[in-house]
Amino acid sequence: MGSNMAENHPVGFRWPMKAKERGATIIHVDPRFSRTSAAANLYVPIRSGSDIAFLGGLINYVLSRDLWFKDYVLAYTNASSIINDQFVDAEDNGGVFSGYDPKSHTYDNATWAYAGAPKHRPARDETLQDPRCVMQILTRHYARYTPEMVEQVCGTPKELFLQVAEVLVKNSGRERTSAICYAVGWTQQSYGAQIIRAAGILQLLLGNMGRPGGGIMALRGHASIQGSTDVPTLFDLLPGYLPHPAVFKGDDTLETYMRESAVRGGYWSNLPKFMVSLLKAWYGEAATKDNEYGYQWIPKLTGDHSHVSTSAAMADGQVQGFIVFGQNPANGSPHAGLQRKALTQLDWLVAVDLYETETAAFWYAAPEGWNPKDIKTEVFLLPTAGPAEKDGTFTNTQRLLQFHDKAVDPPGDARSDLWLVYQLGRRLKELYRDSTRPQDQGLLNLTWDYLPERPDPRWHIKDEPSAETVLKEINGFTVADRKLLPEFAALKDDGSTACGVWIYSGVYPEEGKNMARRRVKGDGWVSPEWGFSWPGNRRMLYNRASADPQGKPWSERKKYIWWDAAQDKWTGFDRPDFPETKAPDTPPKPDGVGVDLHSGSDPFTLKADGRGWLFAPSGLKDGPLPTHYEPLESPVSNLLYSRQDSPVAKRFTRKDNPISPPGDPEYPYVVTTYRVTEQYTSGAMSRWIGWLSELMPEMFAEISPELAQEKGIKNMDWIVVSSPRNRIECRALVTRRMRPFRHNGGVIHEVGLPYHWGYKGLVTGAMANDLVPLSEEPNVYIQEDKAFKCNIYKGRLR
Amino acid sequence: MAIEEAGGLGLGPVGKLGMTPQPMSRESIEKKPRIRDADAVVASVCPYCAVGCSQLVYVKDRRVIDIEGNPDSPINEGTLCPKGASTYRYLVNPNRLTSVRYRAPHADHWEERPLEWALDRIAKLIKQTRDATFVEQTPEGKLANQTTAIATLGGATMDIEENYLIKKLFSGGLGIVSIENQARI
Repeated sequence: MGSNMAENHPVGFRWPMKAKERGATIIHVDPRFSRTSAAANLYVPIRSGSDIAFLGGLINYVLSRDLWFKDYVLAYTNASSIINDQFVDAEDNGGVFSGYDPKSHTYDNATWAYAGAPKHRPARDETLQDPRCVMQILTRHYARYTPEMVEQVCGTPKELFLQVAEVLVKNSGRERTSAICYAVGWTQQSYGAQIIRAAGILQLLLGNMGRPGGGIMALRGHASIQGSTDVPTLFDLLPGYLPHPAVFKGDDTLETYMRESAVRGGYWSNLPKFMVSLLKAWYGEAATKDNEYGYQWIPKLTGDHSHVSTSAAMADGQVQGFIVFGQNPANGSPHAGLQRKALTQLDWLVAVDLYETETAAFWYAAPEGWNPKDIKTEVFLLPTAGPAEKDGTFTNTQRLLQFHDKAVDPPGDARSDLWLVYQLGRRLKELYRDSTRPQDQGLLNLTWDYLPERPDPRWHIKDEPSAETVLKEINGFTVADRKLLPEFAALKDDGSTACGVWIYSGVYPEEGKNMARRRVKGDGWVSPEWGFSWPGNRRMLYNRASADPQGKPWSERKKYIWWDAAQDKWTGFDRPDFPETKAPDTPPKPDGVGVDLHSGSDPFTLKADGRGWLFAPSGLKDGPLPTHYEPLESPVSNLLYSRQDSPVAKRFTRKDNPISPPGDPEYPYVVTTYRVTEQYTSGAMSRWIGWLSELMPEMFAEISPELAQEKGIKNMDWIVVSSPRNRIECRALVTRRMRPFRHNGGVIHEVGLPYHWGYKGLVTGAMANDLVPLSEEPNVYIQEDKAFKCNIYKGRLR
Repeated sequence: MAIEEAGGLGLGPVGKLGMTPQPMSRESIEKKPRIRDADAVVASVCPYCAVGCSQLVYVKDRRVIDIEGNPDSPINEGTLCPKGASTYRYLVNPNRLTSVRYRAPHADHWEERPLEWALDRIAKLIKQTRDATFVEQTPEGKLANQTTAIATLGGATMDIEENYLIKKLFSGGLGIVSIENQARI
């Protein structure tokens, strides 16, 4: 669901295909019949934006027919935990949970918490009969998500939906497991995190988490997009998922910031060790106990500084300088027209890429037809290196770090981004050298020694920083002797260790041993010696759940990790994601800290209570249980609740970002965006390549024969696609792959738009992102471009 | 001899039983894969999607001559998709930028500039904007130590080491808060 894996992860899709050859059933639930649908056993249509109704329907099917995996659910989830008696469910409140403030559009989640004290030891009812226990709340919450309701809301025929439910249940349990794969088809919605949560609830109920062949697989779209999340170039995170300090969270001092560790509990109780070690890695000797290890040199957030919010501020002239590394917001970001306008408001723009992008060329080539003389922005376009032209590490979608070796020098003045950032840092340190202002001391104290002792004689670039030296800092070392750390368990909160990214610790455990550079395939099917998987080379997270509470595999067929009583430790095909000598019958220590509060049969060690969360008492800004809302721009009303859309998703109510209301005859169709195998994102990495440009040369809009007939459009006709934000023109691709949906007795048409084209490159074309509204999902600040609205007509723009 | 080998297709007895040698031109016989002359083979990773296919980069005389799937990888077992198979053309391509392009305010054309000049100028602009917009305290007197007047946005086909230095320099060093990435999109 939410993914076209055959199209966008073709080589990864070899493995589901192999499983299919061995008897596995592949189901594809998607608004469009695509390459993945063609390879699946079962294609199930679903209206864009209705995923939670569909998954909620599956949850209801499992609960109402008593088909859940009882031993697993009772032991490993929070099904028996009792929730605060002030909690009011969205079912009883028109689609809004307790704690909602309509003025600020935010929730106070105090009423969602567990009942009972202390905080991380909830009261439980193992019989699951207490009306306030999670299982009872969950059952009530999804009671109305019936197969009939799924048909009404999602447009999915009831029989097909029931087939999905039956296949899933049949292939879950002790002997069998099922996996759910998703991609940006889920995340690019105004309740994306909640869709994933719904899948999590379903997989926990079916006992599919932490077990081989199970789980929820995020099919991420870029070579190291997992890496840029782990080592976050994201405003709200510090490396390794440490929260970024913020004024509005009261993170005034390192000590108050550390409160987070107590709030989170579980393994996160070690947060002070990760944070102090990060500060030591950044500020070296200047980070001392007396100056909070340099904590105040890290800026504090004062609001939402995400890409979409920053774009809006930039369009309003509030941002002066913008540095873009290998990225192309002028056609790759939502509301691309606003993105381009934002670039005209800058004083200066630095674009770093292998090719000239739409972003670099906005001032003379944008479709707005601006006169360059009217644009003040000073623009730098710096040539950069490709992966074979530099050493470095990618983290792939399964958290696997793989090092790539430099094969040749980049051409001409092209340099790696590592070189550019390093050299820029040196220059800035020089410019600020004599400053005594407190605000400049962070920069001056930043450790910045990455040049190798001797430049590699093979290369003509002599001042290239060493990627391996950076990787060693990421791994961590003891401060006194710079000895590399074996893993993150060795980190301390007293300033004696330094570590750039705690979750990656162990990737370089000793000199000369780069684990990301290991390339041993091995005989087994886990391949633990190919690359390095975080954390600690564990290939599957929470794999303690692959064994039963007593530590025995749930079945011989599905064995993965088990308790070896003879050796008094966990063993198996993978590294246990659990304290390795903690016996299954270990009782929790009621006055312990972190994982000591967990018993030997609590597998979810990052959670405060060690359990998988069917109900999320904290951590989410938009509710403890996934609830069906319509997209921010939808043609129809919400059939399940009086609340139409997410109460807390961020709308950008501004003149240049109009949103069309439900039922608006001007914009009657749903539109969704996607990628194709032969092109890549905004096209910067594919439309300059002749081979790929020939394979997929032109922008198009996919529409159903029914819609085409209604609008008098034939295959290959030029059409105009309009949204309240903008209009584009492209050819119509009339195909039965698109089909109208029934919704509550009416018909809804969908239009499909790939978004690879722009105004630079060997092949050019209209930009689907011109049509997308600015919006943000409240937890992760991602725009909603998988479901919004448009109109179409035959013809051209001019 | 060569013709007989080619006709047999190396299929052993089966090939010999079922086929007669086919005539082949000298050109066909003398064809060879271009990677045969490589003087180095370097392991790499595909820069497109996140599956993480391993690649082999074939190098001759310090130039990339081809990029293919790595058969040793448990992920891709030597295979690549159309994009991965085009990686060679991503790197070896006449359209690539090899020098700095600069566009002065209000100018209607690019100029070529030296790399060192561009870095010096960019560093000065960063300092100038940062110094003019740095906020030490919020109006309520809380320490903020930040600027929102400079933003960075990175692609997600960059190395983790590069992301690490971006975060370290721009956040921990300069106090920029809007440091974002494709991972947000």
